[in-house]
Order: sequence, then structure tokens, then C-alpha cells
Amino acid sequence: MPLLDDNTRELVAAELAGLKNPVKLVMFTQEFECQYCGETRHLCEEIAELSDQISVEVYDFVADKDKVDEYGIDKVPAIAVVGAKDYGVRLYGIPSGYEFAALLNDVKTVSAGEVELMPETTAFLEGLKEPLHIQVYVTPT
Amino acid sequence: MLAHDLAIASDMVTADMVEATEFPHLAQKYRVMGVPRSVINETVHQEGAAPEPMLLERLKEAVEAN
Repeated sequence: MPLLDDNTRELVAAELAGLKNPVKLVMFTQEFECQYCGETRHLCEEIAELSDQISVEVYDFVADKDKVDEYGIDKVPAIAVVGAKDYGVRLYGIPSGYEFAALLNDVKTVSAGEVELMPETTAFLEGLKEPLHIQVYVTPT
Repeated sequence: MLAHDLAIASDMVTADMVEATEFPHLAQKYRVMGVPRSVINETVHQEGAAPEPMLLERLKEAVEAN
């Protein structure tokens, strides 16, 4: 049974129309003791069906250790939104509600490969000498 | 999400959106009560949806804390 109803599918397809560059949803899951892994995987696959520019790769958190290390994944379900390169964009947990909109936005921004920021922010980022890791905790709305 | 935009803009930045109810041990570790709650480099916290100037201040704090 599809997770996205027909109306939502239409809206999502429209939202994702005109993506200039390909995007991969690199998804990490596991077979047991992961409440939303299956649904997250289905959601990624349904989104990918709505655009020729979007593909899905699915890896197992336990069996695919090389990929887990490559993408720096520490919990599941996880989605890495990857464009021309891996920008370090991750979503952990099933992207429902507000997070679903954030995922779609991430796909668009990753596809574009560029963002608009304040000049002060851009200057700060250019001067960064050490890594910054930001985690944003949200709850489903 | 602004944090993701920052990750796209810089090779030095990685950003996670984390659904708190699925990872209660992390929600507890970072004392997540109201959401969104941003945690930068394990040390700097920001409550609520911070506009870009405010998040930038937190990022600067995190860098200085290194």
C-alpha cells in the first residue's frame, strides 16, 4: 500500500519538477528492531518514482559497514541526500510532517548545489578551519 | 532547513535532522524538551527555529569553544 496518497504524489511531483541535476537518496536501514525503517525505505522509493532525477540506494546498517563508514551513519533509519557530491546532509528517523517538506527542499537544494546565505555567513564558512557538526532535533507534526 | 543549507555551502559542515521520538536516548542526552533544538559540535545549543543571524552567532560560539 502506497504511503503517499494520489493528491500528495501530484503535489510532490510538481514540487520536484525541473530538478537540474541528479540526486541520490542513500538510505540506511536494518531488518530488525527498527520501527520505521521499512516505511522510510518505501517513502524514499515513492519519492524517487516521481522524478527521473531522483534515485535510491539502500544499504543495510549491519551488513554494509563500508557504506556506513563512508557516509558516517550512526543510527537508522537514515537518509543521506547526495548530489554532485556528498554535502553532509542527513535525515535520521522517518521524515514525516514538517520533515517531509524539509526532505523535498533538501532534494531541490542539493540538486542545485548552491544556496543563498547572508554575506556574513558565507564569510564565516569560508574562514572555517575545523569541522562543524549541527544536529537539529525535531518531532513529527 | 538552514542547517542543511550550511552543509551544502561548506565542506566543513555536516548537518543532521533527527526525529527525536525515535531516538529517545539522544533526546535525553541533549535535553531536548522543546523542538526544534539545535546542537552544534556537542557543546552549543539553540532552542527553537533560529533565524540565520542567530544561528551564525551559535556557530561562532562553537568554533571558539574548540
